[in-house]
Amino acid sequence: MSDDRKGETGKIGAAFCLMTALLLALVVLNVCLGSFALSPVAVWRSLLSRGGGSTNDRIIWLIRMPRLIAGIVLGGGLAVSGLLLQTFFNNPIAGPYVLGISSGAKLAVALVMIALFDASRSAGSALLIIAAFAGAMVSMGFVLLMARRVSRMSMLIVAGVMVGYICSAVTDFLITFADDANIVNLHNWSRGSFSGISWDDIGVMALVVLPASLAVFLLSKPVSAYQLGEDYARNMGVNIILFRLVLILLSSLLSACVTAFAGPISFVGIAVPHLVKSALRTAKPLIVTPACFLGGAIFCLGCDLIARTVFAPTELSISSVTALFGAPVVIYIMLSRRRRSGP
Amino acid sequence: MRGDFYFRTDRLTVGYDGRPLIRDIEIGLDRGQILTLIGPNGSGKTTILRSMAKYIKPLHGTVYLDRRSLEEMTNRDISHKLAVVLTERLKTELMSCGDVVATGRYPYTGPMGILSERDRQRTREAMELVDILELKDRDFTRISDGQRQRVLLARAICQEPEIILLDEPTSFLDIRYQLELLDILRNMARTRNIGIIMSMHELDLAQKISDMVLCVKGERIAHYGPPEEIFRKDLIRSLYGMTEGSYNPLFGSVEMGKPRGVPEIFVIAGGGTGIEVFRGLQKRGRPFVAGILHENDIDYHLAMELAGEVIGERGFSPIREETLERALLRLSSCSTLINCLQGYGEVNAMNRLLAEEAAARGMRIITGLKDLP
Repeated sequence: MSDDRKGETGKIGAAFCLMTALLLALVVLNVCLGSFALSPVAVWRSLLSRGGGSTNDRIIWLIRMPRLIAGIVLGGGLAVSGLLLQTFFNNPIAGPYVLGISSGAKLAVALVMIALFDASRSAGSALLIIAAFAGAMVSMGFVLLMARRVSRMSMLIVAGVMVGYICSAVTDFLITFADDANIVNLHNWSRGSFSGISWDDIGVMALVVLPASLAVFLLSKPVSAYQLGEDYARNMGVNIILFRLVLILLSSLLSACVTAFAGPISFVGIAVPHLVKSALRTAKPLIVTPACFLGGAIFCLGCDLIARTVFAPTELSISSVTALFGAPVVIYIMLSRRRRSGP
Repeated sequence: MRGDFYFRTDRLTVGYDGRPLIRDIEIGLDRGQILTLIGPNGSGKTTILRSMAKYIKPLHGTVYLDRRSLEEMTNRDISHKLAVVLTERLKTELMSCGDVVATGRYPYTGPMGILSERDRQRTREAMELVDILELKDRDFTRISDGQRQRVLLARAICQEPEIILLDEPTSFLDIRYQLELLDILRNMARTRNIGIIMSMHELDLAQKISDMVLCVKGERIAHYGPPEEIFRKDLIRSLYGMTEGSYNPLFGSVEMGKPRGVPEIFVIAGGGTGIEVFRGLQKRGRPFVAGILHENDIDYHLAMELAGEVIGERGFSPIREETLERALLRLSSCSTLINCLQGYGEVNAMNRLLAEEAAARGMRIITGLKDLP
């Protein structure tokens, strides 16, 4: 029996090592590849100068590095947020994007941006996060209201997608009629992109995403109890009301933060937790939460690499790429679930 | 209800949304005892159980667990003393049966929920107790209903509670698994001194396993008492509002309603020889008279439920002349005699005369249902 356990721990350890290696490889690729390619050694030398030297040095230090770190932090946060929502709704295809939470955050951020552009000031990143969080909470509130009324989970998802469409439509209106030179930026952002992120932004997002993700990890025990359903969790001594509240706040905060900086990014929140669970053959939060963070970072870095390089110099929106890889996973989940529960 | 029961309710009124469903429930249970809740569908058995587990707030009254009111206990306090096994299907993801059982250790693990050696030991013991150790590594979604119920029971056991609440644990189980499960419960109550409160539909099993029975029907508790007080003909009939058929406390089972009409068949039986014929006639909808049966004969009790009329005689006594007279009188209105007896003894010798008389009258005499016109 203990041999068994050792074998399992070993396998999971190996999986973590593999994921870390993959992440490191993607980090190197992301720094080196782009509109001009550099060897890792050249990049290393350039990094040591901290953007002080040539144009290349500045591109690497001021553009590629922040973008790379944003991909890691935001991708990780997004996957963890998805994991929380799936636990909360007991539904494998719940996620911040399909439930309309990202779109709600997007709408609120667009409103704030436009209001501030008109007053010819630029919005601070903390303010954007607050706006996104407010928007996310409004959408989340709506979804929760719906969840009380509809018993079927698929209907909840449909309601969430509709909320998402409404928010996106209103955002598009706002962008179309707003007159500002920065509108191009806003437009890019609203489609989802890791570009244009500064070191200051990195500081703020790390301050939000990392503690929030750590908090989720520390909640592993009640999350594991909640996976058996509310009634059993309560019998195990979980304070259900408090726990649900914390779960909602954390998942909204995470997806709001991502949206504030990178716009709505689709499917990462669903695809990554699913892939991670199937790969590790477990759903234990203690293992899956950190694995999801790593997996989200890998997924987003990989997708961003594709978005930046495949049609260079034209850049794809990150959401198109994540959808390309994430949506098939969702379809697979739905089909396999039907097969299992079918006659 | 006063006294020193480990688990008791005091004028407990339960219901949803402020609307009372059942009022003034007063029960008391000690560790090691089994209390079953019986009653028709929708009578509120589940609501009572959920109120006892603090899932829903009682509208009135108090539940006491180990002399403390549930209301002043936290979920955490309760989790050390009370475990539940629910009816709803548990949806798990990538969990082995061992994992599911181990979740019962939750109240005892540290802040990250990592299992200690002691936790693993308890999990193992619980699985051994319900005999599912070989399912340890099987996926929980890929086992049978009976196995699943036992896994959930093991989960509850390794929570080390003093009381376990089970909501219809025997539903969806076939008879073998029902018996196995109840056997485990009985053993567990005895050896581990755990109190068990459960709801059930199987009256025959409830009668045999319970120490106390609570009949749930209507706004107030219909009856509460030991099984020998509860499982009575009239009480069960009125509890379930049975208009057809009957409940026989001796067999602990129900019988279908009697065939209606004027009997044309006379059945001579005794000592269990008539059971098959009585039930066969009931199924075919043929009314019949049964006789001459001693009142302490199993055939007599069944005939009382199924026959249009029973000619009976006091137990342990030879059949008297006047009883034979009554039987002969009844015989004359019948056209067929089914004689289930192979031979006659001292006390039922009169049945031989009855059979001979029927032959003399030229009645159709058969020995089983296959010859029935």
